[in-house]
Amino acid sequence: MTRDRFERAVLAVLRPVVVVGFLIATLLPFYYMLMLSLRPIEDLLRRPDSLLVDLGQLTLATYADVLRPVAEGGQGFLGLLGNSAVVATASVLVALVIAIPGAYAVSRLEFFGRRQVSALFLAVYLFPAIVLAIPLFVLLTRMQLRGSATGLVLVYIAQTVPVAIYMLKNYFETIPASVEEAGLVDGLSRVGVIRRISLPLAMPSVVATGVFVFMIAWNEFLFALLFLVERRDRWTVSLGLAQLSGSVEIPTTVLMAGSVVITVPVVLLFFLTERLLSQGLTSGAEKG
Amino acid sequence: MARTLKQHDARTGLLLLTPTLVIVLAVVLVPLAWSVLIAFQRVRLIDIGRTGLLEKLTPDNFARVLASDVLWHSLRTTVVYTAGSAILAVVLGLVAALALRRPFRGRSLVRAAMLIPYVAPVVAVTFVWRVLLNPEFGIVNSWGTRLFGWDDPIAFLSQARGEITLFGLDVPVPTALLTVIAFEGWRYFPFAFLFLLARLSALPGDLEEAATVDGATPTQRFRHIVLPQLMPVIAVLVVLRTIWTFNEFDDIFLLTGGAAGTEVVSVRVYELLTVQRNVGAAAAQSVLLAAVLVLLLGAYLWLLRRREATKA
Repeated sequence: MTRDRFERAVLAVLRPVVVVGFLIATLLPFYYMLMLSLRPIEDLLRRPDSLLVDLGQLTLATYADVLRPVAEGGQGFLGLLGNSAVVATASVLVALVIAIPGAYAVSRLEFFGRRQVSALFLAVYLFPAIVLAIPLFVLLTRMQLRGSATGLVLVYIAQTVPVAIYMLKNYFETIPASVEEAGLVDGLSRVGVIRRISLPLAMPSVVATGVFVFMIAWNEFLFALLFLVERRDRWTVSLGLAQLSGSVEIPTTVLMAGSVVITVPVVLLFFLTERLLSQGLTSGAEKG
Repeated sequence: MARTLKQHDARTGLLLLTPTLVIVLAVVLVPLAWSVLIAFQRVRLIDIGRTGLLEKLTPDNFARVLASDVLWHSLRTTVVYTAGSAILAVVLGLVAALALRRPFRGRSLVRAAMLIPYVAPVVAVTFVWRVLLNPEFGIVNSWGTRLFGWDDPIAFLSQARGEITLFGLDVPVPTALLTVIAFEGWRYFPFAFLFLLARLSALPGDLEEAATVDGATPTQRFRHIVLPQLMPVIAVLVVLRTIWTFNEFDDIFLLTGGAAGTEVVSVRVYELLTVQRNVGAAAAQSVLLAAVLVLLLGAYLWLLRRREATKA
């Protein structure tokens, strides 16, 4: 057998094996999370090596426990989910309102300092949260804004606007300038052109960018921990889950139910927009 | 007319960008500058209300931080953690991208599924890993002891040093550190995978076809044709992952809390800030972290410029 035939034969076997291996590695932890959340804790302790739920043992009590308000003896995740939804939605809306004009300016309009601005955004995108955390923590403490969701939203906006501009800018650049020039000739102002022509054309990218900002804000942990830890009523759901996991009284299966509850919205949103999102993120990389 | 339109555009451009600049300035650049200032001051959390902006400047914090063994220890941990995780994530991403290169039925679904670790909330995924690896009821240990004949359950996340027997030799391994590196590789390979797959699908096919006609085997084609074309993306991915992992806080804090030989610099900064309540020392340490980061960023920009130069 020639080397070529041999390699082809090996790869023909190896490829599906590798794909299945990766699928198991990525999905198994999530399946395990879901499976544990549906079992009573006693069942987990009795049969820790089982990957299946006994249908007779199947329970939704864990979810009821994690979602029920604290006043009724639950963990109050419904309220925390609400907090997260408010914070993430506010971050998306404000970030888009700020980033859309900015991205348009960077992609279309010649102005002094355009290159430097792009470098600045790159630097912000790459800069570590922990370095910014200290001064912001001190600042918010002094302004007595700690415990306020507003401070948190501001931080999320600042951290996501550079990525948002990058994603939107790449898309705006694919819109032919001639379409916009036609609008200018017809008497529209620049802002009119953006609103009537460019923005509707860029809708797919706007949606992808919005979803990306939402996921970052929903998943964020460090700033939520630093800013909100003393105000239980304002906790985001990530912070709530992290705080719960330190407690001994709460069964692991209930915590798994909490994990499922915070993961599902993000994964759903991701699957709905996966194609747009992947394109938006990698559009720079394809050119090499 | 053209000239005035250009001027007008320039003004509109700056105007449209103003909100972005204001928020970046207010929430990123000013705090950053202030952080440097705090690093040179004696500030504790209790005095925050009283200390002025221009408290006496002193290099004490740096002297203390640099003289402490803990810094050097955590820096070494950070470097090992960063190098291991960045390489692992990019290598796994490359393997996955190559395996998914040719279209097959359900490929887009498989691709989406493999991105889930990257998009799922960090608190949830670290938590599942902690349960999976739990010595008492985690499935990894219960399968390991029952099916693979492990003598004892392994405390993956709380054991600083373990031993594995290789060819009759007991080799010491930093168990918890390796575990968090594996976690990082698992969580971030999708990022590299996504970019490498995008690049792979944009590669022109003619070179490879020509090589096939000339009798090049699949591994030869990969080694001499595909890999060189992927190198720029791989380099950028390594730099990006290095920068981000170097500053990673959430993952280690949530997995081990920085115990068992996994105390990286960012976790140490957090402890100085909230446990010891020494804002000045925390700032000094974070400024050192940022200084290393600026070096890494410089390397990244230099790479980028070289790429631009070779393209032109």
